[in-house]
Amino acid sequence: MSMLNFEKKYRVRGGTLVGGDLFDFWVGPFYVGFFGVLTVFFTVVGTAMILYSTALDGVWNVWKINIAPPDLKYGLGLAPLKEGGIWQVVTVCALGAFGSWALREVEIARKLGMGLHVPFAFSVAILAYFTLVVIRPVLLGAWGHGFPYGIISHLDWVSNVGYQYLHFHYNPAHMIAVSLFFAATFALALHGALVLSATNPMEGEPVKTAEHENSFFRDTLGYSIGTLGIHRLGLILALAAVFFSAVCIVISGPFWTRGWPEWWNWWLRLPIWS
Amino acid sequence: MIEYQNIFTRVQLRTDSHGPAHTGLSLPRSDFDRSSRPSYAYWFGKFGEAQIGPIYLGVLGSASIVFGVLWFWIVGFSMLASVNWNIIEMIRQLPWLALEPPAPEYGLRMPPLGKGGWWVIGSACLLISVLLWWARTYRRARALGMGTHVAWAFASAIWLFLVLGLFRPILMGSWSEGVPYGVFPHLDWTSALSIRYGNLFYNPFHMLSIVFLYGSALLFAMHGATILAVSRYGGEREIEQIVDRGTASERAALFWRWTMGFNASMESIHRWAWWFAVLCTLTGGIGILLTGTVVDNWYLWAVKHGVAPAYPEASPAIVDPALMQKGASQ
Repeated sequence: MSMLNFEKKYRVRGGTLVGGDLFDFWVGPFYVGFFGVLTVFFTVVGTAMILYSTALDGVWNVWKINIAPPDLKYGLGLAPLKEGGIWQVVTVCALGAFGSWALREVEIARKLGMGLHVPFAFSVAILAYFTLVVIRPVLLGAWGHGFPYGIISHLDWVSNVGYQYLHFHYNPAHMIAVSLFFAATFALALHGALVLSATNPMEGEPVKTAEHENSFFRDTLGYSIGTLGIHRLGLILALAAVFFSAVCIVISGPFWTRGWPEWWNWWLRLPIWS
Repeated sequence: MIEYQNIFTRVQLRTDSHGPAHTGLSLPRSDFDRSSRPSYAYWFGKFGEAQIGPIYLGVLGSASIVFGVLWFWIVGFSMLASVNWNIIEMIRQLPWLALEPPAPEYGLRMPPLGKGGWWVIGSACLLISVLLWWARTYRRARALGMGTHVAWAFASAIWLFLVLGLFRPILMGSWSEGVPYGVFPHLDWTSALSIRYGNLFYNPFHMLSIVFLYGSALLFAMHGATILAVSRYGGEREIEQIVDRGTASERAALFWRWTMGFNASMESIHRWAWWFAVLCTLTGGIGILLTGTVVDNWYLWAVKHGVAPAYPEASPAIVDPALMQKGASQ
């Protein structure tokens, strides 16, 4: 059931980074591998800690569940379990699970004879998370600068940290990141729509070709990036969006402590205006 | 063990290297000719297609550009007027300058030109331009016998645009609710709207819109990376892979099946893509339309519905004077 009809011939041994043949097997549709075992370990421990913390708080409303980082007074030390220590354990588990997941993707890509673009892309997302919960707190000198794990609580954190810098929209890296997120979504809409419009043409028409896709985009915009290029563009836009998101938060605090609107005064003070 | 990873195009093919350049598939007889001969840019070819142009202008495209340029001029000259026609100051202060909508006292009436009238006229030009461009995306697809999926995705973006500049101002009874044209001013507007209505982060449709925004970036990273990773098997030839599944599709599908237990097909991943992108602006538009018209404070809304915790009062309660007036008149 769990195997697709063409799947059997692809289920070959090898491609593992660690453990040789020991964990080289599948469970249902999932590939396991050494890093699969590691992922499960970190996920189970991390989730158990979240459930434990929630049980201590007694708040089971999914919106309000909150795993808070330690108080600032603990600096970069370990905090007692019930005063932010759980957040520290969950953070270690999350990084362990994400890292193992990325390495498991490498093993799967090697097994299928594919490029390593997906694990590379995922590692950019991990880097952004690492920036939020490790690099920036370390630069600011306290784990308490990490963000809380919870649906509403992380939104509150974003809001509060944003207004700490008066108006976060004026953060130049935030501007770039938001523009890239919009651009990635825009490009995704165009790409998805273009492929669907070629394979689901007007009634009575045969399925169209990549030549039609190129003609449509040249007719409409004067340029068609092509079937290979659009996937490069989409990947680059998405990764750049995540990268600049990490930049915009790591410079807030460690490198700029005043309101972001004020930052732009350098432009008004340039000597070229007088 | 170093192996080839597809990052940039190493061998470029130019359609004019063996005869005349390819100008595109034939169009219906009722259409105009395409404008401009194609040209080639080597560095574009490193990343995607090297060919630039030709373009089809036509009636809709030309008219759309005319109205778009009108909007651009109205905004630009209004900004220039606001710095006493000083070009240097215009460049210096450009990100701070704006063409602001009218003041609230004008309601939905036409204000004098210098007091928001240009904003109303400019917005009308932009609306006409955008709608003409929408019709263009529809007509260009039909001229090639293709589906109109691009046009309907564009329509979802236009929905958000219409909510911001037309539907919500009309429901609120004032053009002053519209968004100013300007770099920093439109950011100020966004922040002010969020603060005035109790923080938009508590707006569930804003939450959904952000989920689809980040989800779109995630999907494009996953899809783009997957296709590049199977490009050695011809994975970028997606239409061929959809109608006649090859090993590129099979490997791409199995990669995700083995990773997360679920996979899309070469066609369905584009349906996921289309819906994620379309739902971003669709839900965003609903969230803005409800703000101030149906819901006055999203934080209190979220507390009432058990979404947000009620935080202890840090200072004595302050009653919103606007709410007090409403209470008196009722």
